[in-house]
Amino acid sequence: MTEGANAPEAIRAENVCRHYTMGDTVVRALDGVSLSVHPGERVALVGASGSGKSTLLHLMAGLDRPTSGRLETQGRNLASMSPEELAAHRRGTVGMIFQAFHLLPRMTLEENVELPLRLAEVPREERGARVREALDRVGLGGRAAHRPGELSGGEQQRTAIARALVNRPSILLADEPTGNLDSRNGEDIMRLIHSLNESLHMTVVLVTHERKLAASFAERMVVLSDGRLAAEGRPGDPAVEALQ
Amino acid sequence: MKANDLLELAGRNLRESGFRNSLTTLGVAVGIASLVAMLSLGAGLQGLVSDRFARSGLFNTIGVFTARDMRGMERNERRSGVMEANARPLDAEARKNISALPNVAEVYPEIRLLTDVTFQERTLFTSVSGLSPSAKQNEAFEKMHGKFFSGPEAEEAILHVDFARDLLAPAGTPGDAFPTPGGPRAGNTPDVTDAQLDSLVGKEIVVHYGERQAVPTPPEAPAQKAGRVVAAKKDAAGAGGTDPAADDTEGQTVSFSVVRREQHLKIVGIIDTEPYAGITASSAARVFLPVGLAEKLHPAMASSLRDIMQAKPSASENYSALIVRVDDPARVQPTQDALKKMGFRTFSLLDATKSLRRVFVIIDLFLVIFGSVALVVASLGIVNTLVMSVLERRREIGVLKALGASDADVKRLFFVEAGVMGTAGGAFGVLIGWLIGRLINFGTNIYLSNQDLPHETIVLLPLWLIGGAIAFAVAVSLLAGIYPAARAARLDPVQVLRYE
Repeated sequence: MTEGANAPEAIRAENVCRHYTMGDTVVRALDGVSLSVHPGERVALVGASGSGKSTLLHLMAGLDRPTSGRLETQGRNLASMSPEELAAHRRGTVGMIFQAFHLLPRMTLEENVELPLRLAEVPREERGARVREALDRVGLGGRAAHRPGELSGGEQQRTAIARALVNRPSILLADEPTGNLDSRNGEDIMRLIHSLNESLHMTVVLVTHERKLAASFAERMVVLSDGRLAAEGRPGDPAVEALQ
Repeated sequence: MKANDLLELAGRNLRESGFRNSLTTLGVAVGIASLVAMLSLGAGLQGLVSDRFARSGLFNTIGVFTARDMRGMERNERRSGVMEANARPLDAEARKNISALPNVAEVYPEIRLLTDVTFQERTLFTSVSGLSPSAKQNEAFEKMHGKFFSGPEAEEAILHVDFARDLLAPAGTPGDAFPTPGGPRAGNTPDVTDAQLDSLVGKEIVVHYGERQAVPTPPEAPAQKAGRVVAAKKDAAGAGGTDPAADDTEGQTVSFSVVRREQHLKIVGIIDTEPYAGITASSAARVFLPVGLAEKLHPAMASSLRDIMQAKPSASENYSALIVRVDDPARVQPTQDALKKMGFRTFSLLDATKSLRRVFVIIDLFLVIFGSVALVVASLGIVNTLVMSVLERRREIGVLKALGASDADVKRLFFVEAGVMGTAGGAFGVLIGWLIGRLINFGTNIYLSNQDLPHETIVLLPLWLIGGAIAFAVAVSLLAGIYPAARAARLDPVQVLRYE
């Protein structure tokens, strides 16, 4: 991906810390992480369980706040945003997909995908077209009236992707998107995300513990270990490989 | 999130746990039904009593007296003891002016005589008074023997049953012709049957009275003549010109004479109870005749004697009192104020209605408290249902937040769910309350019919109660929704999505 020299970074973390207090113990889930993600870039956050990669992703999503440090998306510091502003950030700037899909089982695919549009108060007459467009993009246009329980895991994750895309965010945050899928479905999903990144010029931050998957997908890999940034570089870089 | 989306999502959520939510809504409905039934009963009883009072004619009536009179009956006036000798007289002009006041439906003079009444060679001394046509509405005439006067000046009489008994008693029996309002009937008149009373209807009585006749008298005429009572104008020069009204009649002396007359009246009805509960002077009589006829007769009353003593007697007679009927009991106070401004003294039972309203407010308060107990229990049901719902929908709430729902959106969603249950429960509760009311009315009227009493509306559901009950149900539901909604809004999406 080629970036303009003055283009603002899609995500910029500066010495971000996220500490939890559990009884007398302070858990340092993130401890002074700094990194930048450029617009349209595909970045994979990798690391062992408990390394802090999901915590960092949740901070980027505006679901949580850093204990200290700055975390900016498109030049705005998430740490200083009000709860309403963070909700608006989740509605408009980022789209998120999860390992467990988190579709609402009693709603049809169409209704699930429509939810973010309701929250963003998109006029009712626009919604139908946007839902269809999102479902068509993930290849589920013909199954809009189905419920999640009637779909395979891969199809459910595609629906979750359509839901994440429907508000046209500039950043897609994917938390172990293939974790509940078999390898073939997992590859399909990663291909889909790749194609969306290219066609929509969407920044993608992927959290995974599968190094191979991360290497095949990402332009840049960020390795986290014990809440700290251990290494970053292109797949195959010796510094990144050394930590495998 | 927009209101219609919130409503749609709330409706969907409520349908998904339909049975549980229906039971909770039913709880609200039962609470509201109990409240509505209690308040309907209060409203019905209040309506019943108010209607009785309205029909009694006591609460929309004002007695008007001249300020020369002691009968103002207002405490401060009685205390002062000041009687204004030059106060405005209660004459024909005053009557005309009072009739022109707003909200005044009727003005008629209080005419009451103590006189002889002859029936079939037998003469009894009793009280006779004039009744206005509006008295027909009074409940005393509901179950009368015979009928009300055929016209405002009809030569007809209605008797009180005590007097009728005296008429039917054998000659020589000491009667009970004098009214004793509120007191027990004297035991020396025999009981009579309905048939005997009915036999009196259509018969004739003769009322003996003194007619007051105006007599223009030359100034030099003697002040008194045989066979006449003459009221003479005071000599203007002798008064030293201090009396301003004397100028109007200067050079003319006015007197009146009282001439013995009799009036034949056909008995058209007999009543068991005194109209207006015998509270007004004219209602505590034993023989009633139409007030229009009574006026035409120009009877000399006790107040005529006072006219003789007045410095300014006039050819036109002054009324001892005027009865003013206002079209709405609520307008009594302003009308009374207007009459006072005109220089008259007044009396009404307004204070009694105020006390009555206070009693009903207290009764309503107790009914609301008892009726609300069920609603409080129902509101706990709402809290329980919504808390359960929060626990069950933790993941959904987390997903909504991850997709961009704010804490306020989540709160609003739960409030709308509580509000929908409240509205539905309120509406259904009003329906149940109404049915309970109908049932009570139905049962009561069966009982009243068995007791040979007229049907009554015991339970009344006014429009304000329908709207108020539903609004109250919604308010209580929203109040019950505060805790669950706050709990839902506080959920941490990261924790929820990680573990659910």
